[in-house]
Amino acid sequence: MSTPDLLYSEAEDDLRAAVRSLLTDRCPPASVLSEAESGRAHDIALWRALGTEMGTAGLLVPDKLGGQGATAREAAVVMEELGRAVAPVPYLTSAVLAAGALLGCDTDQEAVARLLGALAEGRSVGALAVPLSTAAGAPGAPAATVRADGDGTLSGQVTGVAGAAGADVLLVPATGADGYGLYAVETAETSVTVEPLTSLDLTRPLAAVTLTGAPARRLAGPDRAAAAIGRALLTGAGLLASEQLGVAEWCLTETVRHTKERHQFGRPIGSFQALKHRMAALWLDLVSARATARYAADALATDSPDTPVAVAVAQAHCAEVAVRAAEECVQLHGGIGMTWEHPAHLYLKRAKADEIALGTPGRHRQALAGLVDLAAPAG
Amino acid sequence: MSTTGHHATVDADELRRRVRELLDAHPPATTDRLDFLRARFDAGLAWVHYPAGLGGLDAPRSLQAVVDAELEAAGAPDNDPRRIGIGLGMAAPTILGFGTDEQRQRLLRPLWTGEEVWCQLFSEPGAGSDLAALATRAVRDGDDWVVDGQKVWTSSAHLARWAILIARTDPDQPKHRGISYFICDMTDPGVEVRPLRQITGEAEFNEVFLTGVRIPDSRRLGGIGEGWRVAQTTLMNERVAIGGGRIPREGGMIGLVAGVWRERPELRTHDLHQRLLRLWTESEAARLAGERLRRQLAVGQPGPEGSAMKLAFARLNQHISALEVELLGEEGLLYDDWTLRRPELVDFTGREAGYRYLRAKGNSIEGGTSEVLLNIIAERVLGLPPEPRTDKDVPWKDLPR
Repeated sequence: MSTPDLLYSEAEDDLRAAVRSLLTDRCPPASVLSEAESGRAHDIALWRALGTEMGTAGLLVPDKLGGQGATAREAAVVMEELGRAVAPVPYLTSAVLAAGALLGCDTDQEAVARLLGALAEGRSVGALAVPLSTAAGAPGAPAATVRADGDGTLSGQVTGVAGAAGADVLLVPATGADGYGLYAVETAETSVTVEPLTSLDLTRPLAAVTLTGAPARRLAGPDRAAAAIGRALLTGAGLLASEQLGVAEWCLTETVRHTKERHQFGRPIGSFQALKHRMAALWLDLVSARATARYAADALATDSPDTPVAVAVAQAHCAEVAVRAAEECVQLHGGIGMTWEHPAHLYLKRAKADEIALGTPGRHRQALAGLVDLAAPAG
Repeated sequence: MSTTGHHATVDADELRRRVRELLDAHPPATTDRLDFLRARFDAGLAWVHYPAGLGGLDAPRSLQAVVDAELEAAGAPDNDPRRIGIGLGMAAPTILGFGTDEQRQRLLRPLWTGEEVWCQLFSEPGAGSDLAALATRAVRDGDDWVVDGQKVWTSSAHLARWAILIARTDPDQPKHRGISYFICDMTDPGVEVRPLRQITGEAEFNEVFLTGVRIPDSRRLGGIGEGWRVAQTTLMNERVAIGGGRIPREGGMIGLVAGVWRERPELRTHDLHQRLLRLWTESEAARLAGERLRRQLAVGQPGPEGSAMKLAFARLNQHISALEVELLGEEGLLYDDWTLRRPELVDFTGREAGYRYLRAKGNSIEGGTSEVLLNIIAERVLGLPPEPRTDKDVPWKDLPR
């Protein structure tokens, strides 16, 4: 195993600065809340600026397919910043999961290349039609709940799909006479229903997808569909750790800021040791969360054989750190943290939803038991 | 001595060349261990980031690894750094930072070679976390200082030739201002060392009683009354020394319990499995964080981030060793040996599970309690306001004790 690079490169710092500056300008907490209440699937203008104009939508896609030819390390930096802003954009769902699944298909196929190019340039928004709660790193492909019929259409339902409501194209795992495959379906078809669900996370809403004889194009068959979906989920889980790091970072920064300013008993409440120790403990959590998230991103970027371990460790660790940071943020803000007006709840909801997304911490620890030879008791 | 003056930069190739020169002139196979170590020091290959003439070459600290690897490959003896950790990790940086030329020339070479062992006379029965409250007095008498008091938790005191000592030189000043920093000769007749037995049954540490100990003023480090500032250098290095070593995956305490888990399937329970997986994950996260921190610190002085690693390893060592005792079940009810022993080396992962469980309790106390380290992180890293204090501006002699 070569020595992993756990620091940020200069180019990564520059990318972070550009993304942060855009988000500070275009995505302050108040506008996240009003956008979430608007009923729109995501912030279309923000996604155009971030995904298309800045080019982040194509970071994981090679140059020759219309992308930026970067790696998971750069995408992880974007995810950190999006987490810090709880930005309502389809980065994870389109630029990571959907693009990731397409990258696992045969990119010499014209249909695959065309779709990838459209996603990479932000001309089109995609979504991988699996429940967001699908665990990454689990053996085998997620079970298909959609049937592929002989006439080239798909029928069935997938629940809890993130990013489906704002998507132009769905990548749907389905089983038919030809076995397991990955299919592309246009959401504009009348035989496709995308029903938004009232979601815990207001900034990454879920939808139920129902297909009733929807025209579909097969992108991958039994030989590579499962691996393509598996790799996309692993990439998504590894990068989600960076989003969780960003969420936790905002929560700690805001909590420190608030407790320095808020006075009770004639003192800033941040001077009380009972509170200081809780914030110091969060800082410790962030130090190790950053190390695991960087390691996962580096492992994905270098295609390290240790990637499954790196992703499982990062997910098991960062998911809990983000939830703890968001819960502490609400508590240490006191009454104001409980209001709809204050953005703390947006972060709590994102952190809790992220904990379940792509596998709970417990599932990732269970995966580690197999990966690092710490078997469960027999029986 | 091959002190060829100051170099603008000494790179890895130049260091390799100098290592070859050293090995040619003093072949390890036929050279006495001490002679080799002295020659290595004189060649500037002891700690390359130290100044030329003092065991170094003013080279970047990160290049030490190059020298160590070359010498290890050649089968050269090392200075057994674990035996002289206090000298290397705490006394040396303080002497380098605050010592006079005479002190540096006299003390650093035998310190590094291990000819002279060092100990640290800081903590007192009445001054632990609140170290600045210390009561050991140093009173000026001609060219000497006369020291009286009691120190505690002193490892290696029974082996040491020298001690770094902080003592109160002006009780009329507020507590942080009336302290001075000395080098104490442990062979002085007024120094009495008694073993301090701890919960493991052994005595790693000592109590040290100082009665009329005479220290020449030439063995003061830093100015009179500036001992607290000097001690900060020592303490920062202590935290790094405790939490800063590089380890591979499963290299620490977690590897021991993982090994038992794999070899003894009959001991497994579902509850222990869940806890083990959680601790394994946290150990790996802490290990990666340590790795990341080490890269950042490869050049430059350690900052308060070193405290993060010490906190994490203290907590993990305690939880993992506790789990191991529980995992062992009936065997966990036994202990290897309660005999009063005086170990020369301390290995937190040594002996058996019961010892490790008990020894780990000290990890959150020694070198700064976890509670104090959390305060340091809160105030120095996060910038949170300090607690209001009543002891800072009052003369030390007027403080309640």
